[in-house]
This record gives sequence, C-alpha cells and structure tokens, in this order.
Amino acid sequence: MRDRGRGRGRDRDLHIIAALVEDKPGVLFRITSLIRRRGFNIDTITVGNTEREGVSRITFTMLGDVRTVEQLEKQLGKIPDVIKISELAPGEAVYRELALVKVIAQDPVKRADILNYISIFRCRVVDASKDSLVVEIVGSPGKVKAFQDLMRGFGIVEMAKTGIVSLARGSKGTVPPE
Amino acid sequence: MKLSGSKALVDSLKKEKVEVIFGIPGGMTIPFYDALYENSDDLRHILARHEQCAAHMADGYARVKGVPGVCTATSGPGATNLVTGIAVAHMDSSPVIAITGQVPRSLIGKDAFQEADIVGIATPITKYTLPITAASEIPGAVKTAFLLASTNRKGPVLIDIPKDVFVEEVDMDADLAESRLRGYTVRSGEPHPYQIKRAVGLIIGSERPVIVAGGGVIASGASGELAKFAELMLAPVATTLMGKGAVPEIHPLSLGMVGMHGRGEANDVVAEADLIIAVGMRFSDRTIGPMEKFGQGAKIIHIDIDPAEIGKNVRADVPIVADAGKALAALTKELASLGSKRGESEWTRRYKELKGHYSSNYKEAAEGLKPGQLMKILRDALPGEAIVTTGVGQNQMWTALHFQVLQPRTFITSGGLGAMGFGFPASLGAKVAKPDTPVFNIDGDGSFLMTEQDLATAVSEGIPTVTVVLDNRALGMVRQWQCMFCEKRYSAVDLGRVPDFAKLAEAYGAEGVRIETYQEFESAVRRSLRAEAPVVIDVPISKDAKVLPMVPPGKGLKEVVWHA
Repeated sequence: MRDRGRGRGRDRDLHIIAALVEDKPGVLFRITSLIRRRGFNIDTITVGNTEREGVSRITFTMLGDVRTVEQLEKQLGKIPDVIKISELAPGEAVYRELALVKVIAQDPVKRADILNYISIFRCRVVDASKDSLVVEIVGSPGKVKAFQDLMRGFGIVEMAKTGIVSLARGSKGTVPPE
Repeated sequence: MKLSGSKALVDSLKKEKVEVIFGIPGGMTIPFYDALYENSDDLRHILARHEQCAAHMADGYARVKGVPGVCTATSGPGATNLVTGIAVAHMDSSPVIAITGQVPRSLIGKDAFQEADIVGIATPITKYTLPITAASEIPGAVKTAFLLASTNRKGPVLIDIPKDVFVEEVDMDADLAESRLRGYTVRSGEPHPYQIKRAVGLIIGSERPVIVAGGGVIASGASGELAKFAELMLAPVATTLMGKGAVPEIHPLSLGMVGMHGRGEANDVVAEADLIIAVGMRFSDRTIGPMEKFGQGAKIIHIDIDPAEIGKNVRADVPIVADAGKALAALTKELASLGSKRGESEWTRRYKELKGHYSSNYKEAAEGLKPGQLMKILRDALPGEAIVTTGVGQNQMWTALHFQVLQPRTFITSGGLGAMGFGFPASLGAKVAKPDTPVFNIDGDGSFLMTEQDLATAVSEGIPTVTVVLDNRALGMVRQWQCMFCEKRYSAVDLGRVPDFAKLAEAYGAEGVRIETYQEFESAVRRSLRAEAPVVIDVPISKDAKVLPMVPPGKGLKEVVWHA
C-alpha cells in the first residue's frame, strides 16, 4: 500500500532553482507571496539583474524532497512574470555565496590565529580596527559555514550573507536565448 | 488619436465583446462611469448593492456563458468588498475580470482617503494583477487580462487604475493593443502521445476503472467526449462538486458526486476501483478525504490543463497535462483503434448493485419537509436546461446529493472557497447571461441573509430569478457538525428570529411566498416559472435535518456515516 500524499527522495537534499523573471515592480512580491502562501520553506533567495535588459535572475535554494521542489517550480512557473525556471543539479553547477564576518580580534594571539585561518580559507580582511576584523569570504555554502563555525569561537560581532548564486557548468546557458 | 484612459478602457472592453459590467461606482471610478454613460446602449451596466455581489454576478455570468464576466468597484472599501468574490472565482477557476479604481498616482502609498493596496491584497487570489501606471497601458492590459482569464486554466484577473490615469489623455489606439507576456504561453491542450499510450495500457489492464470528472470537464466543454469515453469503457463516472453536470446524472453510468458528502455508491466505487481516471479535477480534501488513505489499491491517471495540479495533492501514475476534451478524445481514439471495448463484467454488476443497494439509504429522518424530496420535486418541475445556483452549507450539499443536473453549466456553486452568500448574486449573473432560461437559487437562510440586499438589484434591473430558502433558522452545517462531533453543544448556530422571507421579498418589490407542504412547494415552483419579478420561496425545514451520508473528517471514503 502506498501513501500518495508523501514525496520521493530525502527531505533534506539541497536544491538550487534559478528563475529568470521580468525586471519590473511587484515581481518579487508575487514570488514571495506565493512561497509564503503555499508554505514552501526557502533557505536562501538572491535577486539581481542579468546580461539581458529587463530580465532579473532569482536564485532559490531549498532543502526538501523532489516532489516539494517540483511543486515549487510548477507553482512559480504559473506566474506570468516568470519567464523561465529550472533546477540546477548541484553536481552540474557552480554555486557560491559571499559572507562578511565581523569578528572580535583584541587579543594579539587570537588575532594571529584568525589571520592564519583567513589564509587557510583563502578569504580576506576588508576592514580592521584595533578590536576587530571584517572578513570577506566567498565560496560554497559548506566552506562559508565551516569558516563561520571557526570564527564563532573567537566571537562574531555580526555577520551578513548574500545567499547563493549559481550558474550551470559548461558553455550552455540556464535558459536558451530567445 | 487622443483618448482618455476611461475611453480607452471602454473601447478595449467593447473590443473584447463585453456586453455587461456588474458594479458600483465611487469616487475614484467617476471618470470611468462618465465614459460608460455614453456607451450604455451596447455596454450594459448593472448596479449592484454590494461589491461582493457584483463579483459573484460576474462569476455566475462567466460560468453560464463560458466567457469572462466583468465587475468593477471603486478604490479602498469598494475594492476590498470584491475580494470574497474574486477568491471564489480563483478557487473555482472562473474567468472574472475585476476593474478597480485607485487613488491618484501622486497619493499612492500616502494612506490617502479610500486607499487600499488591492493589488497586494488580490495577488494571492488571482491569476494575475495589473496595476496601471499610465493611460497608454490600458488597451494592452485589458487584452492581457482577457487572455489570461480565459486561456489555459481559467481564473480571475484584476486591473487597478488610478483616478488620474482615467482622465489622462494620450495618443493611442485600442485596436492596436498588444499583450506582451514572455512568461505565459497559451497551451494547445493536446495531450502527449506517449502519456496517452501509457494511459491506454493502464486502462486495458484494469478490471475496475472509474472516471472522476471535475470542473475542468465543464470548463473545457468536454461532456460529449467524456460520455463517449465512458460508454466505450463501460466505466462509471463520479463527479466532484464542481464536475456536477459534466455527465447527465440520469445517465446509467453516472454515480453522482464523490466526497465527504458524496453519494454512497460513488464513494464505494471510487474506493474499490483499481484504476482512477481523474479528469479536470484537483483531488481536493473534500473530494478525496485524507490524502494518505486515498487510492491505495488503485492506479491513477490524472488529466489536467494545469501542470502544477499534477502531483500536488496525489501522486499520479500517468500524468496527462492537457485539455480535458482533447485528452479524452485521444484516449477514446487510441482505445477504439485497438478494438478495445468493454462488455458487462463483474465490475459493471458491482456498481449497478451498489446503486441499487444504497437507493433505500437516502431516506431522510428529520421531521417536516425533507430537503431530498424537495429537490426531486424541483427537478421534475424544471426543464433540463434550467440553471441552479446554491448557497453554501447544507443547502448546497442537499442540492448536490439530490438534484440531478442534466447539462453542463447549469449547476453553479462556490465549490473551492465555499462562500456563503454566493448563490443569490450568482443566480442574477446567470440570468443576465441567459435571460430566457429559468434560474433557481437553492439557498439556506444563513447564506441568503449574507447577500439578500441585492434583491433590490434584481427588482430594479428586472432580473427575475427564483430563490428557494431552505429555512431552518440555524447555521445548519455547523450545527450538524456540533451535533455529530461536539456532543450537541450548539455554539452560536441558532439564528434566532430570522426575517419573514416572503415579506422581505415583498419589501423589495419581489414576490414572496411561504409554503408548508410538498404540493404547495410544487405549485409555487411552477408559478414562479412564469413570474416576471424575482421570487423568494420560503421553505421551513427542521433544524435537525442532516446532510447524509457523510464521511467524517479524517476518515476514508469507505467509512461513510448514514445515520446521525
């Protein structure tokens, strides 16, 4: 006997969804309103313009089973302002996020430790005061998370993340040209 | 040519062949009404008494006629009053165009008098919203609105126009309007041949197929294709509430409605089937019960024009994204080409047996006039093409259970949203769409009291529909649940002193009659068929009359309760 209400796949798999949308007022509202209304749980969402005039790209990441992600794609696809929507398989896409981390660095020994980690993680200091450092890190969400966990031990004053942006690997675009 | 926004709007509506607009004017739509003034010959405006009714009228009109219905309201409270009506149209995929006035552009966002963010409010309950920022956008927006409302899965669209845009004059030509939506394609509706082949494989391999037809069959005009397919397969047809009328309910293969208040035979057959062919329906909770209990022993073929419906509530074995009529025709053609035709079998005997088995179960226990009996009398008195609308609650479910619908687009009800008060204004819209067809609204006293003020509209505009009030002085459906599931702790369901509905009708200038017997009911119905004014027939029934059978919430379709 099957339960037709349940989805397939593990329910904590990372999914990356890219949507090309009309760059006009109210579009982000239509999208977020739909996500809230249907109870989808989005992990990150980023919005920016693209190589094409009048077209924005929205990248969502969500943890969920295949069926939930399919539903999100289909529901978003119904919004007339959504030109194209597709899922990027993590193995066939590059994805990055950027974080700015302000970490306490008063004690000279700890400060040296932090600078050491910064070089290991290949990130960089973008602002410094005698008590603190602001570090910029760009990478996969896993790398950013690992760095964040390390810095927590020194004391994070505040942190800002961009959320994930992603492109498919290879020469093909996510969306064929019009 | 220099045109004002108002004039461009009127021209664009006429270009879309709009004949009637339901609405109420207000401060921000005065310029629009000024343009309507000189077009009243070919663009009829029906003045409602509440904007909610204007929206329900447009919806009733759309469902009967199969073309978009148009309603309009001013900004702020006018627009927010439309909301329930728009939400009904959205849930039932009905093409309604709502045009709202908005405060002038310079005042938007400043909390101006009668300002409400109707675009924000309506976005989740429409297929699309079009906030207009310049008069030159109007012709294109109207074209876009009608295209969206009436293609693919149909639905409501809202156009919001600031007052100063109505009066803005620019060079434009409504005839050259273009709709530019990169993200929307009108589907051909043709099914994918591969899925048709797979579906046919399942059909041929099945022993106990059943068809569940929803509102999509009616929206697609696919009743003929449905009957052909069902007859070829000798497969019984159950319908959802929205699907009532997709197949004539006197057809030997018709099982009636399936679901929480579905007929016993329909629920049993769906539960016992090994193949469910779901056409233009969306597996709503009221139709299938708990999703995890539904269709466990069956394969499912799901046909729907909306790809997002596939797999939303129930996983399908074969998904067919297509127009209902085109998909059914393709299935029939493929089956016929294989020479597949079914004869009598164990299964055909089984569903006939179930129909007979339950026929005696529909006896109604309560004192007084029995709703099921009233529905039979009504059916016998009305011609097949008569249109019936309903309120929401017991009145609606009694009609769904006992009133046999014979033609598509003759049963109009608020299925998805379940908005009390829908029936009466929807009946007015239906009558405007088909002035020569009898239109009956089967209502409850609670439901009717939510929108009865539009009797004034019916009388003033000369729209003679007949309302049958099943008058139990209670909010009957909630009362029934409190009786069955709350140990008769009746909380806030007694309506106390309800108005004398016959006198109420007369106060508006309509005809009112109160009946006490079946004979009086029948003669009142027959008399009302000839009435020139709107009629209200007050039918007192027992508070204790219940809608049965019922699948209690959380139970599967086989766990039907017949007595309470």
